Amino acid sequence: MPAPVPAITVANLTMAYGSFVLQRNISFTIEQGDIFVIMGGSGCGKSTLLRHMIGLKPPASGSVYYGAASFWELDDEERSAIVRKAGVLYQSGALWSSMTLAENVALPLQHYTDLAPAVIAELVSFKLSLVGLAGFEEFYPAQLSGGMRKRAALARAIALDPDFLFFDEPSAGLDPISARNLDQLILELRESLGATVVIVTHELASIYAIATNSVFLDGDAKTMLATGDPKTLLQECTHPTVVQFLTRGTGKREVRTV
Amino acid sequence: MTAQPGFTLQRPQPEALTVDLEGAWTLRALPPQPAALLAALDETVRRLAFTSDKLEDWDTRLLIFLKTLLEEAAVRDISVDRTGLPPGVQRLLALSEAVPEKTTYGATGREPLVTRVGRLTLNISGQTRDVATFTGEILLGFWSLFTGKAPFKSRDFFYFVQNCGVDSLPIVSLIAVLVGVILSFVGAVQLQMFGAQIYVANLVGLGMVLEMGALMSGVIIAGRIGASYAAQLGTMQVNEEIDALRTMGISPVGFLVLPRMLALMLMLPLLCVYADIMGILGGSLIGVTMLDLSLIEFLEQARKTIKLGQFGQGILKASVFGVLIGYAGCLRGMQCGRSALAVGEATTSAVVTSIVLIVVSDSIITFFLYR
Repeated sequence: MPAPVPAITVANLTMAYGSFVLQRNISFTIEQGDIFVIMGGSGCGKSTLLRHMIGLKPPASGSVYYGAASFWELDDEERSAIVRKAGVLYQSGALWSSMTLAENVALPLQHYTDLAPAVIAELVSFKLSLVGLAGFEEFYPAQLSGGMRKRAALARAIALDPDFLFFDEPSAGLDPISARNLDQLILELRESLGATVVIVTHELASIYAIATNSVFLDGDAKTMLATGDPKTLLQECTHPTVVQFLTRGTGKREVRTV
Repeated sequence: MTAQPGFTLQRPQPEALTVDLEGAWTLRALPPQPAALLAALDETVRRLAFTSDKLEDWDTRLLIFLKTLLEEAAVRDISVDRTGLPPGVQRLLALSEAVPEKTTYGATGREPLVTRVGRLTLNISGQTRDVATFTGEILLGFWSLFTGKAPFKSRDFFYFVQNCGVDSLPIVSLIAVLVGVILSFVGAVQLQMFGAQIYVANLVGLGMVLEMGALMSGVIIAGRIGASYAAQLGTMQVNEEIDALRTMGISPVGFLVLPRMLALMLMLPLLCVYADIMGILGGSLIGVTMLDLSLIEFLEQARKTIKLGQFGQGILKASVFGVLIGYAGCLRGMQCGRSALAVGEATTSAVVTSIVLIVVSDSIITFFLYR
């Protein structure tokens, strides 16, 4: 029996803004059901890599495969079919500020299904209750705290029960308890939806708590330095930059989860 | 009252220089210039030390002064003994020197002329592609509007209709009435000399219907609505809201740009008709008060002069302006960068582009209609 095709494969990817090369030779695979972390220092291109994977910016060279399909070589129709199976949580939440939470979550449902408004309203309430925001349907994003906005954006991202969930710095700007709750929520959603999760983050606590696989990008070397389970990397990786990062610069190889 | 900051120099040994810092070295006080001290750092000085017994207070003022001094000392290879400085100052200086230079983003400096010209030229092709893509997406959006279901929410569309239609009426009324008054006044002074006051009605009527009604409502809407579209879309760009639409497989052009453009295309001709009427009424105001014409006489004269085709000409212009304002405002908003500054630039650029396009297209239409 042939080995199953990985959910997402990134092959020889080069990221560049004009002539400024950000990263080159990025290759890794993400298995179905993984919680995959893209980590690295600030400004090394983590978010740009995410933008390549979700179809916002074509890479300078190299490919992203979903299953066996090369994402950037597909035509628009097929590409948006893949994008439809993905939910994205942006760093700032990116809720549509002119709409209420209910309308935010409802929009993808209205756009892709022919469900009756009453059914959509029920679905929306259910998704909001999943992220602990039951009863906030008629609030506008500006009336919510940062943590609530993140959770509302998560409700929108899971509106269509996606196969892939992408998170751009989910815990940035959250207090430790909210960040931990968000981690728990991500784990539970992964379990229940069976989704493949890709997270851009540099929060070590959440990396050790939830990641099953990872890639480490370095801004100075302009390429990836390591890939694998971060807990294994912590014990076995020999590259000094990776060790520095994973140990917060102390060099002590012990897992500390909150 | 704290003492002014200052220092005295001592030469305990021929090759050593001691700086006695005194007074309050704060940003509120006038600083002593380092020039006097730098001048004292001549060839004979090999060691530099400090005392701070008479130093009453310090903040960043002292730090930047010392930084200048230390850099100069480093250049001249003078050894510096910092133990005489307050401990806080020593720590902060050490901290400021410990930050490693970040090399990844290498300072670009000023590029040579050829590079800049080349970069600008390359940008042109990129921008042309952006504009072409945007136009294509708009056309596709209109196509899907005619063939299937609307790609936007009807509630959004009605909001924009109200926003640029009804909500614009007060300002359009004011401007149109005043333009009518001005036209009428300018004409009256001339025509009165020939006893032909009644023709003021012709002048105001044709002036408003052919030109000023469309032009004035166009300019007002460019400032009121074009700018707000650019700012709305620009802010959505900054908040990643447009990315969020895209990754949900919803076309931002169809969802955001189309209802805005449609609302403008629908409302601007209507506003133009309204402005025509208000302008003629404004003109009649002068006719009645200054030229001893009756209101009926004035309006009847205007009605006899204006042909339906001329009326249509103004409406045609207004329709074209509507498309151009919506296009410029939305394009600038969608092209916006990711900062508050970029939103401001997009807004300015939307208004300037709209007004230029309005005037240019107006001249072209007028030229072809009267050729």
